[in-house]
Amino acid sequence: MSRPAQRGMSGRAKAALALIALMALVPPLAALAGDPFLTVVASRMAVFAIAALSLDLILGFGALVSFGHAAYLGLGAYAVAVCARHGITDLFVQIAAGAAASALFALVSGAISLRTRGIYFIMITLAFGQMAYFFFVSLSAYGGDDGTTLAARSTVFGRPLLENDTVFFYVVLACLATAFGLLHRLAGSRFGRALAGTRESELRMQAIGFRPFRYRLAAYVISGMICSVAGVLLANQTEYVSPAYMAWTRSGELIVMLLLGGIGTLAGAMAGALATVALEELLAGWSEHWRLGFGLILLGVVLWSPAGLTGLIRRLLPEEGR
Amino acid sequence: MTALLEARGLCKAYGALSVTDDLSMQVAAGELHAVIGPNGAGKTTLIAQLSGQLAPDRGSIRFGGRDVTRLDMPARLRLGLARSFQITTLMPAMTALENVALAVQGRSGSSFRFWRPVAAERALNEAAMACLEEVGMAGRAGRPAGAMSHGEKRQLELAVALACEPRLLLLDEPLAGTGPQEAEVLVALLARLKGRITMLLIEHDMEAVFALADRVSVLVYGRILASGAPEAIRQDPKVRAAYLGEEAG
Ligand SMILES: Nc1ncnc2c1ncn2[C@@H]1O[C@H](COP(=O)(O)OP(=O)(O)OP(=O)(O)O)[C@@H](O)[C@H]1O
Ligand SMILES: [Mg+2]
Repeated sequence: MSRPAQRGMSGRAKAALALIALMALVPPLAALAGDPFLTVVASRMAVFAIAALSLDLILGFGALVSFGHAAYLGLGAYAVAVCARHGITDLFVQIAAGAAASALFALVSGAISLRTRGIYFIMITLAFGQMAYFFFVSLSAYGGDDGTTLAARSTVFGRPLLENDTVFFYVVLACLATAFGLLHRLAGSRFGRALAGTRESELRMQAIGFRPFRYRLAAYVISGMICSVAGVLLANQTEYVSPAYMAWTRSGELIVMLLLGGIGTLAGAMAGALATVALEELLAGWSEHWRLGFGLILLGVVLWSPAGLTGLIRRLLPEEGR
Repeated sequence: MTALLEARGLCKAYGALSVTDDLSMQVAAGELHAVIGPNGAGKTTLIAQLSGQLAPDRGSIRFGGRDVTRLDMPARLRLGLARSFQITTLMPAMTALENVALAVQGRSGSSFRFWRPVAAERALNEAAMACLEEVGMAGRAGRPAGAMSHGEKRQLELAVALACEPRLLLLDEPLAGTGPQEAEVLVALLARLKGRITMLLIEHDMEAVFALADRVSVLVYGRILASGAPEAIRQDPKVRAAYLGEEAG
């Protein structure tokens, strides 16, 4: 895994910002094309881009392959359902509730799983993800297996602003931009460098005075909290909440998004999420066996360009003054 | 002379193989104490125990008048006990400057800072630059460690250790695998550091050892066979028989 040099970093940041700017054009273009569904798809892309970004913090920068990350999508989504059931429809309160629950879950599961490495870490994060999944399956008050439909989308300052798909899209996009900004700053901070150090050499980090566990756990908690915001938004987008959001296959999909886009670059996570949702829509419309096609595309990318789409683009673009 | 570092009755075994065998030794404040011994004698294992990477099966370690036997590596580093590695252990994707700056960061202020760009922290970069200059690598500050030559990595390894501002430096074969010119630079550096920083130097390069050391201990099969002034060690018949034989003869 190569870490971006100073200049490459800003290049990737520019790419990420360009991607967000391009996405901002979707609603007017959808209006021009007379296809409002495009805005809905773009919302979904942005939601998963947030989730993928959050996973990139631990998987890309910390080299921690979490196979239970979808649990935080679910915790965010259920925060909406639970709050709404109790008459709390405010988006910000719901985000805070989801983030708090996720922080707690990440703290406990991380404190245990981060004591292990490699395949054991993958298995333990998977186990915690499954525990969360079955907890909500057993929650009959919220529909158990079937989940529950939301009466309405969340409110902002007491107003039902999110009912409009275009407004909703821009709110999601603003969340995506914020998540990217936060993670970009974090990656370049003292904490970010220490986290990258734990990825490169745990022994060296200890020899220069760091206890890697603390940095990994903090990253794990931050990552879970950011992902829960994606969960809150996902629940609003579909107006429906179910344990399926935290199925282990969903965790796998998030990893696939990173593989597709490129690990440890933030921009890659966003690109990967966008490409995955786009392919899902395209291929699913084409054939019910779309997963096969998706698998082949993923195989091609991973074999031909291990650095994912961002690596591919970098290879295709002329390198200015390498 | 008072002992800055003292090991008493250290034992470490891997199964039936006793790698550190009731070993006791002292490093006096200010001295450069060399430890020599054949391959597999247990030198790296000794450093691992002194630095806190590895827990001894038995025995105790005192540093600066404190019992540190139960402290981990970061805690011992905070007291001023730093180490370098025989097998270069750097952050390959980070530049030389970043590698050293991270070590400076480890001892100066909290690393739970999430917002300010670390690359723009003048104090970190200047302290790191000073360490790179000390080892003669200021010109390669921007190079990723992974892209460096073996000799450069050895120099960088030392710069990282210096950035920890140690009172005592445990050096595990800093010259291993370097060419004659690179070795010369490193020996000159160690000579400059001598007196300022107490050092425990493990080294196979006898010329360097006898040029630098105030005291030499000979480690064979996990035990200290002899310890004394370099000349005395050179003359010691036991040592000549067990280890120096062909080189001194
Ligand atoms: N983790 C381990 N498990 C089993 N045996 C080990 C382990 N670490 C070291 N040994 C054995 O202990 C002995 C001493 O190893 P050590 O690395 O301390 O030697 P050394 O004196 O540093 O040798 P060299 O000069 O080659 O660096 C060797 O025989 C080695 O095979
Ligand atoms: Mg060794």
